[in-house]
Amino acid sequence: MTELKRIIKAGFINFTRGGLVSFAAVLVSTITLSVITSIILLQAVLYFSLNVIKDKVDVTIYFNVDAPEDKIMLLKSSLEKLPEVANISYTSADEALKLFRDRHSNDYPTIAALDEIGNNPLGAYLNVKAKEISQYESIANFMKSDNALVLGSANIIDKVNYHQNKLVIDRLNNIIRSAQKLGFLITLLLIIISIIITFNTIRLTIFISKEEISVMRLVGASKMRVRGPFMVEGAIYGIIATLVTLILFWPITAWLGGNMTNFLGFDLYHYYIANLFQIFAIVLLSGILLGMISSFLAIRRYLNK
Amino acid sequence: MQSILKTLLLFLTMIYFNNVSKIYKDAVALDDVTLTIAAGEFVSVVGVSGSGKTTLAKMILADENPTNGTVFFESTNVHKLKNKDLTKLRRRIGVVFQDFKLLQNKTAYENIAFAMEAVSKTDEEIASDVPHVLELVDLSHRIFHFPNQMSGGEQQRLAIARAIINQPELIIADEPTGNLDQINTHEIVQILKKINGLGTTVILATHDRAIIDLVGKRVVTMENGKVIRDTKHAK
Repeated sequence: MTELKRIIKAGFINFTRGGLVSFAAVLVSTITLSVITSIILLQAVLYFSLNVIKDKVDVTIYFNVDAPEDKIMLLKSSLEKLPEVANISYTSADEALKLFRDRHSNDYPTIAALDEIGNNPLGAYLNVKAKEISQYESIANFMKSDNALVLGSANIIDKVNYHQNKLVIDRLNNIIRSAQKLGFLITLLLIIISIIITFNTIRLTIFISKEEISVMRLVGASKMRVRGPFMVEGAIYGIIATLVTLILFWPITAWLGGNMTNFLGFDLYHYYIANLFQIFAIVLLSGILLGMISSFLAIRRYLNK
Repeated sequence: MQSILKTLLLFLTMIYFNNVSKIYKDAVALDDVTLTIAAGEFVSVVGVSGSGKTTLAKMILADENPTNGTVFFESTNVHKLKNKDLTKLRRRIGVVFQDFKLLQNKTAYENIAFAMEAVSKTDEEIASDVPHVLELVDLSHRIFHFPNQMSGGEQQRLAIARAIINQPELIIADEPTGNLDQINTHEIVQILKKINGLGTTVILATHDRAIIDLVGKRVVTMENGKVIRDTKHAK
């Protein structure tokens, strides 16, 4: 316990007396943690944008004009049981007509033609949303399967627009997958670069102290007694850099949030504040681990003797 | 017969160099050195730069490994020691270097306290012993000064204070007066003699013949990595 207390105390003293070296290490750690925070926020923006696009995709099952509602409801409830289905909305023939009229309220010839027909030429329809964009195909396949045919749906379905939209859905699916992969690769690359930079900075601070390390060993200090304060110092770099990073991102997200909300519909500042605790935990943990592990590894070579 | 003699030497001496050689890439630092040092002795190792004095001192601390031969400290082969045991051995030896090797970001107090912490002394022991040893080397007024705020002589006295604080069995002083003027040199030699008088073994490596005269004890002369003379000093 006394040993631990001494190690922590020595780490704090080394940090405060480190002056410019400590400042440089905190600065570099702040840059690394800023990259990590930026990546967290960019991922949020990316996933929000992808979800917006995904939300716009659906499959509509159009029914014949004379399709009985109970059969449609039977098909709806069996579709709801599919694990791929996120949501199904039913629009009756009357609602479909009302929506059509509303949509074409300024289109006089169309409305006049409708009035001329007299009865409702539109059938009811089901709007199906899948949990994942890649799952529309299996929903469409279900419609063709025996299960759906048993329900008598073959006689009442006019058309399913999946096959018309298939090309667009597939392309969108590929774009989303590629965007996610690219995002992951860029994230990985940036994190690796940042870690290398931080590791080298900490290695440099320890290199400056290599003479002292050998003296400590010569006067009989244990490996832990020599290594401990450097690891504590590394953790302090991480803690201070975390605080600086989170304070810096406060006005940055506020500014970006104001500008982004208008064209993306995503309030970055709101996301930052709402998830501050999680972001703080991730960044703090990254900062402390980065500082401590870098110190641990950097000092290893000087402790051999 | 020879092996019985060697075994006897192991038990009777504190330090035993048994045919030790150290060869760097293109230079021989130690060449088949055999040497014994008994507990309580004051041994001056003299020779010009590059004669092998520092390598000899580093061998005892296991800071350098021999190419051939063995170094024993109280019948233990120091180069076979595991890390933990090596640390324990070093705690029994005080070291003083020409360039002081003080911890630059620690005050005089902290430099000595660090050596005490290394041997798990309590905070109370540290608080009572450090001012005492600083007084002994006449550095009480420098207690909260950093090494770079002290003169060369003061830094060397601080290094000696650090070396003696844990009452080591052996003190190795490698050119401790190399950076000092005559007055400070005299002072350092007197301190080392005083420590030796209290029973601590002292090995003093120096290139300065005048210091040998000041010490007036056993002299081991080295040249090109070999021990060429080992005599009792006659003034």
